[in-house]
Amino acid sequence: MSDLLKFDLLSASIALKNKEFSSLELTNAYFEAIEKTSALGAYLEIIKDHSMNMAKASDKNINNGTSRPLEGLPIGVKDMFCTKDIKTTASSKILENFCPTYESTVTQNLWDDGAVMLGKLSCDEFAMGSSNETAAKGNVVNPWLKNSKMSPGGSSGGSASAVAARSALAATGTDTGGSIRQPAAFCGVTGLKPTYGRCSRWGIVAFSSSLDQAGPLTRTVSDAALMLNSMAGYDKKDSTSANLEMPDLMNYLDKGIKGKKIGIPKEYTQDGISQDIVKFYEKSINWLKESGAEILPVSLPHTKYALPVYYIIAPAEASSNLARYDGVRYGKRNEAASLDEMYEVTRGNGFGEEVKRRIMIGTYVLSSGYYDAYYLKAQKVRRLIKEDFDNVFEEVDYILTPSTPTTSFELGQKQDPLTMYLNDIFTVPASLAGLPGISLPVGLDKSGLPIGIQLIANSFDEPGLISTARALERSAEFNFIPDGAAT
Amino acid sequence: MSETGILKPGHINGETGTWEMVIGLEIHAQISSKSKLFSGASASFGAEANSNVSLVDAAMPGMLPVINEFCIEQAVKTGLALNAKINNVSVFDRKNYFYADLPQGYQISQFTKPIVGEGEIIIDLDNGKQTTIGIERLHLEQDAGKSLHDQHPSKSFIDLNRTGVALMEIVSKPDIRSPQEAGAYVKKIRSILRYVGACDGNMEEGSLRADCNVSVRKSGEEFGTRCEIKNLNSIRFIIQAIQSEAERQVDILESGGKINQETRLFDTSTGETRSMRSKEDAHDYRYFPDPDLLPLEFSDSWVQEIKKTLPELPDSLKKRLVNDFEITPYDASILVEEKDYVDFYQKAAKGQDGKLTANWMITELFGALKKENLTLSNSPISPENLGKLVSLISKGTISGKIAKDVFAEMMTSKNSPSDIVKDKGLEQVSDDTEILKLIDKVISENKDKVNDYLGGKDKLFGFFVGQVMKLSQGKANPGIVNNLLKEKLK
Amino acid sequence: MSNKNTIVDIPTVNKIARLSRLDIPEASKQSLTNDLNNILGFVAQLEEVDTSDVKPLASVTGHRLPLRSDEVTDGNIEDLVLKNAPESSSGFFVVPKVIE
Repeated sequence: MSDLLKFDLLSASIALKNKEFSSLELTNAYFEAIEKTSALGAYLEIIKDHSMNMAKASDKNINNGTSRPLEGLPIGVKDMFCTKDIKTTASSKILENFCPTYESTVTQNLWDDGAVMLGKLSCDEFAMGSSNETAAKGNVVNPWLKNSKMSPGGSSGGSASAVAARSALAATGTDTGGSIRQPAAFCGVTGLKPTYGRCSRWGIVAFSSSLDQAGPLTRTVSDAALMLNSMAGYDKKDSTSANLEMPDLMNYLDKGIKGKKIGIPKEYTQDGISQDIVKFYEKSINWLKESGAEILPVSLPHTKYALPVYYIIAPAEASSNLARYDGVRYGKRNEAASLDEMYEVTRGNGFGEEVKRRIMIGTYVLSSGYYDAYYLKAQKVRRLIKEDFDNVFEEVDYILTPSTPTTSFELGQKQDPLTMYLNDIFTVPASLAGLPGISLPVGLDKSGLPIGIQLIANSFDEPGLISTARALERSAEFNFIPDGAAT
Repeated sequence: MSETGILKPGHINGETGTWEMVIGLEIHAQISSKSKLFSGASASFGAEANSNVSLVDAAMPGMLPVINEFCIEQAVKTGLALNAKINNVSVFDRKNYFYADLPQGYQISQFTKPIVGEGEIIIDLDNGKQTTIGIERLHLEQDAGKSLHDQHPSKSFIDLNRTGVALMEIVSKPDIRSPQEAGAYVKKIRSILRYVGACDGNMEEGSLRADCNVSVRKSGEEFGTRCEIKNLNSIRFIIQAIQSEAERQVDILESGGKINQETRLFDTSTGETRSMRSKEDAHDYRYFPDPDLLPLEFSDSWVQEIKKTLPELPDSLKKRLVNDFEITPYDASILVEEKDYVDFYQKAAKGQDGKLTANWMITELFGALKKENLTLSNSPISPENLGKLVSLISKGTISGKIAKDVFAEMMTSKNSPSDIVKDKGLEQVSDDTEILKLIDKVISENKDKVNDYLGGKDKLFGFFVGQVMKLSQGKANPGIVNNLLKEKLK
Repeated sequence: MSNKNTIVDIPTVNKIARLSRLDIPEASKQSLTNDLNNILGFVAQLEEVDTSDVKPLASVTGHRLPLRSDEVTDGNIEDLVLKNAPESSSGFFVVPKVIE
């Protein structure tokens, strides 16, 4: 396979500027990789001509010396991002032929910085899932232990799988309760969910508005910094967008963590975590200590309530956000004699089981008589969860936790919904508090599956998060590539 | 019906006694902003289908709302004009339901924490009295689109132009007690909205619509079950619909039935309300705070700044007109209906007889404008000229009768009244000597009638006055004619 | 998973499905009801938390609602708005009639 695939985002960016190879060559290498790894099912849509044109335009800029930060770098886009004139389906039948006439702010930022789009990546339908088994067009496979057909995690399973398999140099994902961090952990790549409000949500198919955030999935922490530099930014079209400058994250890669305080929350070590993960968690704590950080035990007392809070708030918001998928103005329509019948058949037919389950839960918890007991209660407990973090960040600078309770599992296990939800137990709290979190691979378990460790920082401290993650990454020296990769 | 005598408005007689009406109104007023509440598309009326629609209005995937500052200001201004509590923190909630003219599948509205709280307004009743009607709240919300159901046998056509246009919903307390009061209430709200500039109050174009909640009860009893009549777009229909609905309810209750709480529509052709097809659990709107929007917060000082921009409002203006111009409260209430009426009047009445000016404006000018299908803003007669006309009458230069002719001429020629009087030689004759000459002539030509009069036929006095006026081509000063004739005919 | 909780029954599920405009095949109603009961049973643990003095969390952003000035900056894009419509005619979206 092509040597070109060996370059990560940062080194490819430098190599392109040094004209070691062209963007066209690099993009073609990725198209070959996509073909080679097609059995993984990561891609839903590839638009070769479009990509080539973008690559050629980038090569022109590189030759002119007018390179932008991501010039010529081939990126995969999760199919939750609306891409102009390119099919965007949220991995759902109900949007099967939807072609947006507009581009999401985040992806536009990437194209404005010169990135090349490879195609649209599969995900769990409407970003609801933790295993990428609910996509309308079928499961995505984790390139690790390829013959065992493992789950890449979800909902950004396509993004994580492609980055791990080297069929994308980097990818965009969305994270609502862990949908970037958990698949990143399962696929041995780095996944970053920024502070809520860092990235604009305009043009991203909405799942749970108070939680959704766009973020990068990449091979390294430096790559994640480079991607987030482009993706983030104030957007006045999004009322929840933070009007705050983010410093150049590349400047924080080598700051180190001497004297920084890392909190180890006691609630994140419990029964049900795999032993290998516990082992690497302890290793990570030591690595950070060795790098000069101070380790402190802390407590986030309401941690166990994060999942129930999430599984009230997210479905509630989703039930309302998905009401617009009604067959009237776009998407698939099932004809019927009356308007209401048309709604019921279109939506009943167009949405998958998990989506319907969540819409039903959401409708129920908002309905008359139940609002106070469920939704209002959940928003109150959410405040307590946030306050837990606020209190802890008075004592420490970062929090270290495992990303997931287990490593990847086989596809097709048909776990019941509730068991599936428990995959998000470590990622959901930071989502509810709106805090930035990153998962990076630190080792392999006994079966050879990657283990991810999560770092959480205080609001808008992406710079500190990057410094700390980089320090951990250096120590972990995770250099493994999955057997299912294109290289 | 067994009662005799005149029923008070808002009351209906039944076999079992007299019923009184309890009415509450929800007025939807379209804010006169250029763009919509949460999108930058135009809010203008009458555009081609789906041309005033942005991707946000069409609820495309990933679209998000951004609030229009002007709309917030208008809501606050209106709240201040309603003497209401302004809530410095308010929240936008989603009202969830499915309909083809509601692309998002929810309407962004305000449920638990509206921008404006309780207030009250004073309305003028027909009998010259006034009453206070309480305001429950005012909140901001999106308007929905339009569905055309009559273009095709089995399909409906959807136009989203109106989707997302900013509305203020003004909810009254159930303080209204008759259809007439309801009419007066709407008129007053409309007037206030126009004064503030928040809404043009154009009911034909749909800028102002009302939903009416109607129930009936026997005096002293608790409120009865109410029904809501939706989307009334004229004051006449509001009055008709409320009366019809109240009668319907009385009929049911009188025959021992119960009122089903339901939503009804007013059929303008039959003059009656009919039930909208009610759906089971139709109204569980599952309100929750819109997570795409943050709570709306502003400071007291900002509200004070807004307060400063309020024009003088009808009630205060009315008092001032009555005081400064010595007109009746009734005349004042007509003049303050529109801000431009007041402006016109104040210019016209400056230095003139206030009452006379009011009469001329209200009776003559408004009547003439209506006939010609004109509004005050394109009146051929300027306020200054109207004032001059009044001045000529006050000074006695022309009589009231002649003034009408001058007025008619002013409507077509735009000339000043004094010019018209001069050109046509219409000056009133007030010279005693001149008038005596005329009187003498009339007396000499009507000796027999004079004798009859002196003999006791008092009614003939009017005849003599008429003859003198005729002889003078209407120019004789009637007052002086009267006095001199009396003297002469002693 | 055995169904320990019966927070919702099939009639309630039918009501919710109706509110959500979702057509649920008869055959899947029981398993859907079971799933919903398991999830609702799981989230019920929030009742343990004392929230008597706690205000609901309005937003995690910490900033105020940004305001937009009143200008027409959008619209006049009928073509784009109608482009993905399953059925349109003369500039209108077309849907099956509402049966009144």
